[in-house]
Amino acid sequence: MEATGIAATSPAALPRRLQAQSPRYGEKVIYGLLAACAVLSVVTTTAIVISLIVPSIQFFGDVSITDFLFGTDWGPSFEPASFGVLPIVVGTLSVTFWALIFAIPIGLGAAVYLSEYASPRVRKLIKPVLEILAGVPTIAFGYFALIFITPQIQKIWPGHFLGGPPLIFSVLAGGLAIGLMIVPIIASISEDAMSAVPRGLREGAYALGATKAKVATRVVFPAALSGIVASVILAISRAIGETMVVLIAVGNTPQLTFSPVKSVQAMTAFIGTTATGDIPTGSTIYKTIFAVALLLFLMTLAMNLLSVRLVRRYRQVYE
Amino acid sequence: MTAEFDPRSARAQVAIAGAKGVTAEVLSTQPRKDVIRNTIFASLLFLAIAIALAGLCVLVGKNLVDGWSRLNLDLITQNNSSNPAEAGLRNAIIGTLWIMLFVIGMLVPLGVGAAVFLEEYGNRNSRLIRLIEVNIQNLAGVPSIIYGLLGLAFIARAPLNLGYVVLTAAMTLTLLVLPVVILASREAIRAVPASIREGSLALGATKWQTIRRQVLPASIPGIATGVILAISRAIGETAPLIPLGAATFVTFTPGPFTDFTAMPVTIFNWVKQPQPEFQALAAAGVLLLIALLVVMNSFAIWLRNRYEQTW
Amino acid sequence: MSNQVTQEERRTEQRQTGFAGDGAGAARPAIEVRAEFQHGAGCGSGEKVFELQDISVFYAGVPAVRDISMDVFRHEVTALIGPSGCGKSTLIRCLNRMNDLIPTAAVEGHLLYHGEDLYGPKVDPIQVRKLIGMVFQKPNPFPKSIYDNIAFGPRVLGMDGDMDEIVERALRSAALWDEVKDRLDANAYSMSGGQQQRLCIARCIAVSPDVILMDEPCSALDPISTGKIEDLMAELKQEFSIVIVTHNMQQAARVSDRTAFLMVELDADETHRWGRIVEYDETEKIFTNPSDQRTEDYVTGKVG
Repeated sequence: MEATGIAATSPAALPRRLQAQSPRYGEKVIYGLLAACAVLSVVTTTAIVISLIVPSIQFFGDVSITDFLFGTDWGPSFEPASFGVLPIVVGTLSVTFWALIFAIPIGLGAAVYLSEYASPRVRKLIKPVLEILAGVPTIAFGYFALIFITPQIQKIWPGHFLGGPPLIFSVLAGGLAIGLMIVPIIASISEDAMSAVPRGLREGAYALGATKAKVATRVVFPAALSGIVASVILAISRAIGETMVVLIAVGNTPQLTFSPVKSVQAMTAFIGTTATGDIPTGSTIYKTIFAVALLLFLMTLAMNLLSVRLVRRYRQVYE
Repeated sequence: MTAEFDPRSARAQVAIAGAKGVTAEVLSTQPRKDVIRNTIFASLLFLAIAIALAGLCVLVGKNLVDGWSRLNLDLITQNNSSNPAEAGLRNAIIGTLWIMLFVIGMLVPLGVGAAVFLEEYGNRNSRLIRLIEVNIQNLAGVPSIIYGLLGLAFIARAPLNLGYVVLTAAMTLTLLVLPVVILASREAIRAVPASIREGSLALGATKWQTIRRQVLPASIPGIATGVILAISRAIGETAPLIPLGAATFVTFTPGPFTDFTAMPVTIFNWVKQPQPEFQALAAAGVLLLIALLVVMNSFAIWLRNRYEQTW
Repeated sequence: MSNQVTQEERRTEQRQTGFAGDGAGAARPAIEVRAEFQHGAGCGSGEKVFELQDISVFYAGVPAVRDISMDVFRHEVTALIGPSGCGKSTLIRCLNRMNDLIPTAAVEGHLLYHGEDLYGPKVDPIQVRKLIGMVFQKPNPFPKSIYDNIAFGPRVLGMDGDMDEIVERALRSAALWDEVKDRLDANAYSMSGGQQQRLCIARCIAVSPDVILMDEPCSALDPISTGKIEDLMAELKQEFSIVIVTHNMQQAARVSDRTAFLMVELDADETHRWGRIVEYDETEKIFTNPSDQRTEDYVTGKVG
């Protein structure tokens, strides 16, 4: 036993004050600074909303909302200008449609495989590859659509079928590239949702002799459905907001068509082409850009809120 | 992975109905048909994964083939030029570096500050906290080009009136990737156990002293990972820079306060050029960008795995 | 010195054999109490460190302990014993205002520290914790070196003095110096559980507190480490005042001067439960001749 230690410690001076020795302003300042950092997000959202709404209100002073939302002629830079937004909305949605045709089976297939079939070793190999795919910059997808997908479509497409033959810009090329881009979103969130389904449910079915396919499709998939739907909605939102791919591969021709091999203009492409740095504030074209941007913002906002609510619901069930 | 499952919830009912259906089928189907169906199903799934992987490989491969001739040192030592033989990414790389320097300078205090506030000072149920969290979640889903318009509307022009310079681009990109840093930092801070905080407070340390000297140092690996992932995302973004005047074909070397250019912007300009020589350059540039991002992301993940504190 | 050896031998023997005698149904509880505690000898100076007057603690309106009244004396070891769930930890956390960290916690009654109201309007909890330190049930060293663990307190509190000296003194006081003096740079997590707990004690001592609170400090440790820490307490009380919560009543009998026995009380319809003091007296009396039957039942092992 070391008996020497105690006597050598400095005696506790009594009584020391219980009141604060200093006002500690530093703590309050820091609290304020940190709160400001956190509130910045609210400020940013407010700024975005203001920046979109103010010119839009001015825009809708000149153009009626029904003309805008339901008009089929988009030519804001022409003389005379027309402001029917349907062609570019349909352009965005067409591209998104083809993206989903590709991404949903591939993404869900990958998710089911990773969740139900893959051994841990295979998972370790495949998941990083999906992460890499998720990290590829959008300009790479856009360029890929132009130099690879488009020529392949041109080779395969049967002549004048559905508005062909496909030229250098087409909805399908952009759609497939965006589809590849959003596969990781669908795959990883769906796989999370499937993994969260309790093992007991699967084991009960296996114990009765069900095959993996049956268990995956009839037990796991329905149980994870809200998470899966959330992932798809999130992917849609991402596809709608994508700019570079449509700018490079889908073109800038705002024509209202449902043909996959024609060139159309998406909303983001319109903004990207028109919003160069030198357009004067307050000009008609300026206001038009922000009106389209507001529409885009509202569409993606609705999707995001919906998917967040779905994700919260499936998490709540299991946690 | 598995947790308590409430058998009365709607989700559970769906799953249980599925299980019942399976049972009924299993007890009535011949085994041979099942095996065949199972094999086909498994093959289709594997095909799905294969297609995704193939897509990535073809993407990289095609660029490799197209850009092979330009994958040399000239790519990074030559400035951009209207003559494709003399063009390179040097000034774009320098531009990206300047932008990222400013981005890191803003991203770290803002992102970590917000995360610290939300985790340490916030009352979990207060409406302010929930409002902030909802906002962060929404901002993460806003299309990147809208951030560009935000930069155009408020930063480049009134009220900040900075013009179309490096700082403007940096501020815009910071706002874009801020949610990534906030999320990663919050997770890292949350992982520090309460016992450490209690031990520090019980000694008479103040809340900020505890955060600064115990919580944050222990969270650094997770925070660093988040910052690196955010930066790599910011490096690859082109759309937000377009409304900020990125469309111009820049050949000079940018500095901290000059007009800017960045790697994806120059590559985009090459893509738009009609001459086939620029196509090879674009392919090489795309490969360089992909390689850079993959290296950064892998490094970030490695960093977190290596230095993660096990409590 | 020889007195200490005798004590140590007795405690070791006790630990190894458990109760002297079978303890079941014995009229007299067979727990040996140390010689200097008999007849109040060896107790502290009589100066009161804490005066608890009708202290009740509520979590979101639900009572955890009720009407606790007791005095804690200087340079003594005061033990809180009782079955689990009777609010011992809740009570001890009032003494250094750690309950402030729980937003739904509310404290009623008067808690005087050297005559001053600990919950007075101008009292700063940070100052309180500088004077009243705490060692927790599960050792919680910081993820830093041994040196930095000890130095953390003095550094943030702005204490003057040579840091090396402060660290050495604290480690000696915690009976840890000889074991770690050659590896002060090692990470604290490389130590064993018992060493980590002594490190936490040293860390607490380094800021020169007045009181050390210990919330079941040995419950996560092996018997040998437990013994070392119990020996330490006898030393530490010469310098500090100690309040210890323990679920091990033999430990209370071994180390403490006074013991408070708490029990759970149920309300009329048995929906709520809270803790109350049944008996608080010198340790020798509690364990050899308790006034309350419930105390006797508990210390003889009939209940709890």
